[in-house]
Amino acid sequence: MSPATLLLTALSSLAINKLRAGLTLLGIVIGIAAVITLMAIGQGVQESITSRIESLGTNLLFVRPGEASQRGVSGGQGSASTLTLEDAAALRDPVFVPSVTAVAPELATTAQVVAGRSNTSTRVYGVTPEYLGARNFELSSGNFITPGHLEDASHVAVLGSEVAETLFGFREPVGQFVRINRRQFEVIGVLESKGGNRFFSLDDQVLVPITTAHYRLSSQRTTQGGFNVQTINVQVGDLERMDSAIREVATVLRLRHRITGDDDFSITSQQETIETLQETTGTFVVFLGAIASISLLVGGIGIMNIMLVSVTERTREIGIRKAMGAKYRDILLQFVCEATLLSLGGGGIGVLVGLLLSWFLNGQSLLGRPTQTTFSGEVAVLALAVSAAIGLFFGIYPAMRAARLHPIEALRSE
Amino acid sequence: MTGEMIALRQVTKTYRMGSVLVHALRGVSLTIDRGEMVAIMGPSGSGKSTLMNIIGCLDVPTSGDFFLDGEDVGALGESRLAEIRNQKTGFVFQTYNLLPRLTARANVELPLLYGSYGGGRNRKRLAEYALERVGLEDRVNHRPPELSGGQQQRVGIARALVKDPSLLLADEPTGNLDSQSSEEIVALLQTLNQEEGLTVVVVTHEPDIASSTRRIIATRDGLVVSDDPVPNPRMAAPARVAAGERQS
Repeated sequence: MSPATLLLTALSSLAINKLRAGLTLLGIVIGIAAVITLMAIGQGVQESITSRIESLGTNLLFVRPGEASQRGVSGGQGSASTLTLEDAAALRDPVFVPSVTAVAPELATTAQVVAGRSNTSTRVYGVTPEYLGARNFELSSGNFITPGHLEDASHVAVLGSEVAETLFGFREPVGQFVRINRRQFEVIGVLESKGGNRFFSLDDQVLVPITTAHYRLSSQRTTQGGFNVQTINVQVGDLERMDSAIREVATVLRLRHRITGDDDFSITSQQETIETLQETTGTFVVFLGAIASISLLVGGIGIMNIMLVSVTERTREIGIRKAMGAKYRDILLQFVCEATLLSLGGGGIGVLVGLLLSWFLNGQSLLGRPTQTTFSGEVAVLALAVSAAIGLFFGIYPAMRAARLHPIEALRSE
Repeated sequence: MTGEMIALRQVTKTYRMGSVLVHALRGVSLTIDRGEMVAIMGPSGSGKSTLMNIIGCLDVPTSGDFFLDGEDVGALGESRLAEIRNQKTGFVFQTYNLLPRLTARANVELPLLYGSYGGGRNRKRLAEYALERVGLEDRVNHRPPELSGGQQQRVGIARALVKDPSLLLADEPTGNLDSQSSEEIVALLQTLNQEEGLTVVVVTHEPDIASSTRRIIATRDGLVVSDDPVPNPRMAAPARVAAGERQS
């Protein structure tokens, strides 16, 4: 039997019982649509998280102090106070660390920020002028902290967009004053919004000169009595040179800290953070897909059920076809073809429904949060392949039963 | 075009019905030459249908030899048997066994789907020609439920003829028909035998039909009990339309 005839025969057999074929199809449609939609939501989440982090610059290294441990009790990563402003200055040396283009140390503290009757509790970062470029921030108005502000430990602040909105509403904050820990700061600039989520917002922060933060807002001192910082953001000129930059920074810090054994600092790259997150969210996406696949399995069993019924009902037809010279293979192919058409048709419609659903859900509020969905062609192709495989898998047994029928016995059945 | 078309030697067929073994054939030997028209007669349970199924390659003997057109069919696998059914034998059933949802033409085309008979256009041409031979050229697009019993059986014969077989087997072809339609079918079979030299084997229990053939083989209890030529075959009343004598 030629493939075209086979297809036509299968199609006309399915057309005989349209309602039944339609309902069987529906099982696969729901399964595939669920897989497509859930995967689109999952990938949307993954993409929005990744892009948010990528917007901070992918060519960043974060140097953080190591663990502080007292009498065998570990305080966790970053708990030690081993990094100083001098360390940051040393990393600017183009001779020892040629791969690095900018170094931006920061010193974070939480503070109450008040403007008039409005107030908010937020993270206050002591930073240097390089911070703006290194972290990929833009100003929406005003100016950033200058070396002069740093020198004088000026009482100036740059507000994150969310803080600015909370404190000033629609009024222009630049030129206004805020109180941070009861000290008066002049607002000199406002950052462009970067977005974020409730766990991790880049707009809910206030930047002040690091010297001001050190002298006025933070009471910490290093064990050596130096100028302590929490994180040194290191910008690398070229993504290719990430690895050499890590080596250079580590070498300089080991020399400065006179380390021979374990490092008292850690270096992570933005890229690593993204990869870790992608791995985590990737698992989440696969998990969502796996849950949706269960409905696909149910759909497959539906196909098998209907095909078994169909073989029983059409025993006589099978007998006639066999008497006319149809071989085992011909009958097998005919029924497998019918099952595969059902599942593949369901898969095709399912992909379309999934596409429409994820398109509809994109930007809709789901559980109080805007959803981003990403429809990927790969998932669609995979879904189609899986639906075809389901037809083959669940269709082969009924088809074998049909093909094995003895022509005489099949002809005798009513 | 002479020589043995069918040769059976000591053919037995035993099958199981529930827990009982049924000896349908107990050692049948017979030969049928090319161009013959033979009737197989016998009461029900005499094994005539089993014999027919074996000759038609729908079933295989339990023991004994069966040669069809010189080929030892007893030794063949299922797939080759299907090929023989497809190419050499045309089978006509008592209950027509047409697919009710297909048109007459699609029913006649059915055997062509399972062999190498060219593309769709050629199949359509062959099917229409076969329907013309049985006088149904104006019923090509009718489905079986829209046709009378006699017409349905003629579609069945056209389906058997379409692949140009060397042997036409008819198992009680008139069993479900009125006498007028029966006469037409018998006349059609006679025409095919006499004018085209087709070997025809008919299973029947109607003496009228048997006497229209040239040889009657009688079976009883799984054995051949008599095998006699018919001296003066009765000519069936000319059908309204029969192959070979059509007006153009």
